[in-house]
Amino acid sequence: MQLLKGKLAIDFMGKRRIAVVFSAILLAISLFALITRGLNFGIDFTGGTLIEVGYPQAVELEPIRNALATSGFDGAQVQHFGSSRDVLVRIAPQTEKESAQLSEEALAGLRQQDAGVEMRRIEFVGPQVGEELTEQGALAMIYALIGILIYIMVRFQWRFAPGAVIALIHDVLIVLGFFAVFQFDFDLTVLAALLAVIGYSLNDTIVVFDRIRENFRKMRKGSPVEVVNRSLNQTISRTLMTSITTLLVLVSLFVFGGEVIHAFSLALILGVVVGTYSSIYVASTATLALGVTKADLMPTKVESKEGDGSMV
Amino acid sequence: MMNQYPIWKYLLLVVVLVVGAVYALPNVYGEDPALQISGGRNASIDEAVRDRVVNTLDTAGISVKQAEVKPGQLLIRFNDTETQLRAVDFVKSELGTNYVVALNLAPATPGWLNSLNALPMYLGLDLRGGVHFLMEVDMKAAAQRALEGYSTDVRSLLREARIRYAMIRAEAQGVRVMFRSNEDREKARALISKELPTLNLQDIDADAKQGLLASMDEQELRDIEGFALQQNILTLRNRVNELGVAEPVIVQQGGNRIVVQLPGVQDTAEAKRILGATATLEYRAVDTEHDVQAAVSGTVPAGSRIYYERDGNPVLLKKSVIVTGDQIVNASSGLDQQTGGPQVSVMLDAKGARSMLNFTKKSVGKPMAVVFIENKTETRIVNGEPVRTSKKIEEVISVATIRDVFSKRFQTTGLDSPQEAHELALLLRSGALAAPINIIEERTIGPSLGKDNIEQGFNSVIIGFIAVLVFMALYYRVFGLVADLALALNLVLIVAILSMLQATLTMPGIAGIVLTVGMAVDANVLIFERIREELRNGNSPQASIHSGYEKAFSTIADANITTLIAAVVLLSYGTGAIKGFAVTLAIGIVTSMFTAILGTRAVINLIYGGRRVSRLSI
Repeated sequence: MQLLKGKLAIDFMGKRRIAVVFSAILLAISLFALITRGLNFGIDFTGGTLIEVGYPQAVELEPIRNALATSGFDGAQVQHFGSSRDVLVRIAPQTEKESAQLSEEALAGLRQQDAGVEMRRIEFVGPQVGEELTEQGALAMIYALIGILIYIMVRFQWRFAPGAVIALIHDVLIVLGFFAVFQFDFDLTVLAALLAVIGYSLNDTIVVFDRIRENFRKMRKGSPVEVVNRSLNQTISRTLMTSITTLLVLVSLFVFGGEVIHAFSLALILGVVVGTYSSIYVASTATLALGVTKADLMPTKVESKEGDGSMV
Repeated sequence: MMNQYPIWKYLLLVVVLVVGAVYALPNVYGEDPALQISGGRNASIDEAVRDRVVNTLDTAGISVKQAEVKPGQLLIRFNDTETQLRAVDFVKSELGTNYVVALNLAPATPGWLNSLNALPMYLGLDLRGGVHFLMEVDMKAAAQRALEGYSTDVRSLLREARIRYAMIRAEAQGVRVMFRSNEDREKARALISKELPTLNLQDIDADAKQGLLASMDEQELRDIEGFALQQNILTLRNRVNELGVAEPVIVQQGGNRIVVQLPGVQDTAEAKRILGATATLEYRAVDTEHDVQAAVSGTVPAGSRIYYERDGNPVLLKKSVIVTGDQIVNASSGLDQQTGGPQVSVMLDAKGARSMLNFTKKSVGKPMAVVFIENKTETRIVNGEPVRTSKKIEEVISVATIRDVFSKRFQTTGLDSPQEAHELALLLRSGALAAPINIIEERTIGPSLGKDNIEQGFNSVIIGFIAVLVFMALYYRVFGLVADLALALNLVLIVAILSMLQATLTMPGIAGIVLTVGMAVDANVLIFERIREELRNGNSPQASIHSGYEKAFSTIADANITTLIAAVVLLSYGTGAIKGFAVTLAIGIVTSMFTAILGTRAVINLIYGGRRVSRLSI
């Protein structure tokens, strides 16, 4: 079985202008959503209390809201979680009450309303912890990008590094934009997913770059665009295959993994799709735009012998 | 001939496979709900205790799967969690507060695996249920307390020396003392720097008055913070023991935080209440005029009370208290300079020092005792229902003879070991320097959610895994099947390494495994696509296999190293959820490199290597 048969000669780079426009639109929407709506940060980042409870039967949210309001939690966010029997309650950080008390009082209120309620999960994050987690998360993202940038610079050529990193930023922004547009919960696990997306998208990009480097060295003739096109054609079936297998398990995780892991698997699914696209179009286009040539990739010795005037 | 592996590579693979399988095996047996019973201060675990417990449970109609005496503890296994939860109250009521009864999940690993140190993976709180607290010690309060102690000291120093002062107050920066004249200030400066040499003195002038600001130096501040943290950890440990948690984690995080993880604890309200309680202690005089034995047999003299030492030894103490725990400023263990034996140095505040001076003046040569007081919860069965009552436990932790008259500073010597000295110092401090702790993060996972998480996590791994297996076999046929073998081995190795490291498996960790399964085939896809390409270019099957593996290698290495960079960054910056994910991802990347390259090549060589092949099933 083969997805794509025979020797392929798709003109990927010929359509790169369309891709640039497409990416630009996606990025514009993402940035717009991020600026105007922002992310729906979970309590990991904002601080606050989250209580997940289960009921023996399906429940309406209104009586639960009222019960909480009676206990003094007017602003509590109440929503179904996964099924109509599970309910998620979110309470903003409160200064006058102690954390430990807060969740107990809320639970007591819920118990009064329906004795069958079962505590499934309580999470409390103090405001300063939330701040630290946000800071650490941002730092982790930046350090991962810097580490990768350095590795690619050393291993390939400096012109590849910005291409790879632009592709990564592209992927991360679009996934973030998606979360902003639909206002999905952005918690710590989504952050972990984003970092995994960086790893994955990079994986794809590296495979393509590897081929581009190899072909630059091997193909005597051919413009950079032709070399890149050829490389993309040679790697496209692998790129698709790996994306498919990864998506298979991610979909399994999304469907069977339970509500807690939903946002995480969703972020990864999006990331894999965007990452596959970006490793074909964004990374290569950026590298071409930066003017990579044959001479850049020749081992130094060979370069001096074969210098063909295309040095920049 | 081409594509043949030396025998050592096969041996290596077989060894890795066997070791991996053995260490992954304990996970197959699962865990039994169990009660872990350990002896308290004056109770030991033996066959008799086992029989008592088993009999009690028998009478209550609770079936026991296995009851086994281990060094220092008794482990009782049950068939299900319900029985376990029913049993715990009966056992607690039978054994009383001298024993610690904890809920536990005991690995049902057979003995021969145990002897190899093969244990199942350690499940995180999100999978087994439990409470995670992050607590912060209020270091400002600790420093403030110390300064308040100093301000009392300075006040009594100045009073005794009859130096007039206008005001003494403990402030955030130090103790502020104001005088009416410069002369008084100079006298005070000389006195304070002689009596309290650790304080830094600084001139301040305000409202036409001369003053001194006495502050602690960096070192002392750090010591105070260190003590506050240590003391809180010790107190938490004692509390947790009382809660009955099988495998609690209580560790320091950073300079002022403590992580407390209590697997299996469900009643968080109870947990928080007990963790918040504080212990106190009292110095009392030993009643030497009356006979202890006579008192034990019934005639307790008026003004005295019977207390017990840790080993059950009775001691008769006077009812009046000399010094209470909150008057202890500091206590530290060390070595006696003269004898070289272990000792504990205690420092009291001014009030405590005065009472101690008054008492020791008339009591040289007489013994003095320290009583440690804490509140414990006791469970009894009343009409078949468990009833919990709070009980005050008072215990004599030290009896020492007064050698000389002393007040503010004194040493307790004659201790058996440095360990004992260390413990006594910690206990003494727990009455002092009680810096308040606040819960700044809490994560509680109920038992039903934990169970759901395990089930769903497990299902998603299996389903995703099977989907990939089928897809690979369809797409690459024989080569696909070989890749499937490698994938299975990879899964076994990940589980084996997680079990060996006893790393904590969390829900995000399972997600990491799932993701690795998807990505592990990437290496094989790269190789197989390369082989197909070589075949299309008209190369012979053997040459195609050879160059396919060779050419794909550097790509695989590059791709995996960059992903590994991301995983390592996650590991070093992440906390909790992120760390769990990063650990499995990093392990998965490394094992997949091994299985996908070396493993598949070995099998492919076995199938195709060293003979004429006209076509490949790829």
